[in-house]
Amino acid sequence: MNNIAPIVDIRDLNYAVGGRPIFNNLNMKFERGKVIAVMGPSGTGKTTLLRLITGQVTASSGFIEVAGENLMTLRRRGLYALRRRMGMLFQNGALLTDLSVFENVAFPLREHTDLPERLIRLLVLTKLEAVGLRGAAELAPAELSGGMGRRVALARAMVMDPDILIYDEPFAGLDPISLGVILRLIRRLNDALRITSIVVSHDVQEIATVADHVFLLSGGGVAASGTPQELRNNPSEVVKQFVGGLADGPVPFHYPAANYFEQLLARDRAD
Amino acid sequence: MRDAWQSMIETLETLGREVRFLIRLLILTPAAFLRFNLISAQIYNAGALSLVIIMLSGMFVGMVLGLQGYQLLRRFGSEEALGSAAAIGLVKELAPVMTALLFAGRAGTALASELGLMRATDQLTAMEMMAVDPVKRVVVPRFLGGVIAMPLLSAIFAAIGIYGAQLVGVQIMRVDSGSFWSQMRASVALSDINEGIVKSCIFGVACSLIAVYEGYHASPTAEGVGRATTRTVVTSAVVILFLDYLLTAAFL
Repeated sequence: MNNIAPIVDIRDLNYAVGGRPIFNNLNMKFERGKVIAVMGPSGTGKTTLLRLITGQVTASSGFIEVAGENLMTLRRRGLYALRRRMGMLFQNGALLTDLSVFENVAFPLREHTDLPERLIRLLVLTKLEAVGLRGAAELAPAELSGGMGRRVALARAMVMDPDILIYDEPFAGLDPISLGVILRLIRRLNDALRITSIVVSHDVQEIATVADHVFLLSGGGVAASGTPQELRNNPSEVVKQFVGGLADGPVPFHYPAANYFEQLLARDRAD
Repeated sequence: MRDAWQSMIETLETLGREVRFLIRLLILTPAAFLRFNLISAQIYNAGALSLVIIMLSGMFVGMVLGLQGYQLLRRFGSEEALGSAAAIGLVKELAPVMTALLFAGRAGTALASELGLMRATDQLTAMEMMAVDPVKRVVVPRFLGGVIAMPLLSAIFAAIGIYGAQLVGVQIMRVDSGSFWSQMRASVALSDINEGIVKSCIFGVACSLIAVYEGYHASPTAEGVGRATTRTVVTSAVVILFLDYLLTAAFL
């Protein structure tokens, strides 16, 4: 590829929760300046991957580097310094319910900077304008629709001008119009602010229109990776099942269970 | 037997975690005073919003005290001592304990459910992701708000309680007003008032700690938030009454 260091570099990463392995020798490299999609069936650890990248959890073994910082050895202070360079959009927006929309977007600025009120106002209003919600500045988070809440959260995530913007399931539960708005914002912000965007999603069609590179996670590792076009032409069964939305395949429809007939014919458990 | 042993160990573990949480809060306390507006908002939430229930309860407790005290003291022909009996009972015992119990029910549950819901809706995680320590930004101001509000509420409870006792004793039961007040002034010593202040300060720390601890560590579900709120009230009540006994014994 090119010789610029990747912004996220994961090598031979292992991670387990309560003895159940989530990732086995995971290897991923995220290029700078790209929109990178992480997809995969539910339960493959997409959200866990985000938590690893943002340092909310620590891997059992392996190597993970984000923006030049080794997360395996980074202490709390260093982690907080790194997080100032990341913006994260939570699935439900996670707006602070006791603050207005304006104050929500201003929150990181007030916490981390000593800027004069006029400058904070300017910064917040420009970010809100970018997501089309300048008019909603004085509303409370409870008065917003789901899509609007997520756009406010996006304005908040980018108010500190991060290097990386992370989206956790940004399309879940949105109507087609809001979805289109978020989709276009992801691309536009990525290019205008020259940042790297990491999008976790399982909306295959939607993500294919914005992503530069797609990772498909399955069974504790990367099942496939490439441009959306490459993924569509990938012959692997897992990829076919996921992209085609087939009910059964390598990812089974049934949760592991005892023999069906035996269970049906067995006497009542209470006996 | 085995279960009892197990639950005792669990209780001790919880106590240990709460103490560690308290130490963490205390370490962050000096810096929190630099942003006093955050604390004053919480004093308003925990204190000013509890005023009505504290004043109403104080009034009724004082009135009951006036009535019962009058009935009891009349048997010995010493109704004039009603003022000092009511004042000492309120200042040393009833005001700190009743205020703490009411505080746990009114402000403690509000704190616990607020923090629990912030946890359940990812607001606390979002703060961590914005490189803001939620303990420092959210928990410590709430804790300090409760700690500061409690002695003030307790003082108001005692004052209103004495007024209530006076209302029944002097206005209705016709105890002599002059002896009511002068006996009170003569018998209530500074040490009695100190005892009340120390108690309410310690109850303030205990109640606020239990509320923020339970809320902050609630499991992020509707059920978890509910359980955190319940545990706040139950634990607070037991701890307050237990501490009250210890403190009373210590002051003798």
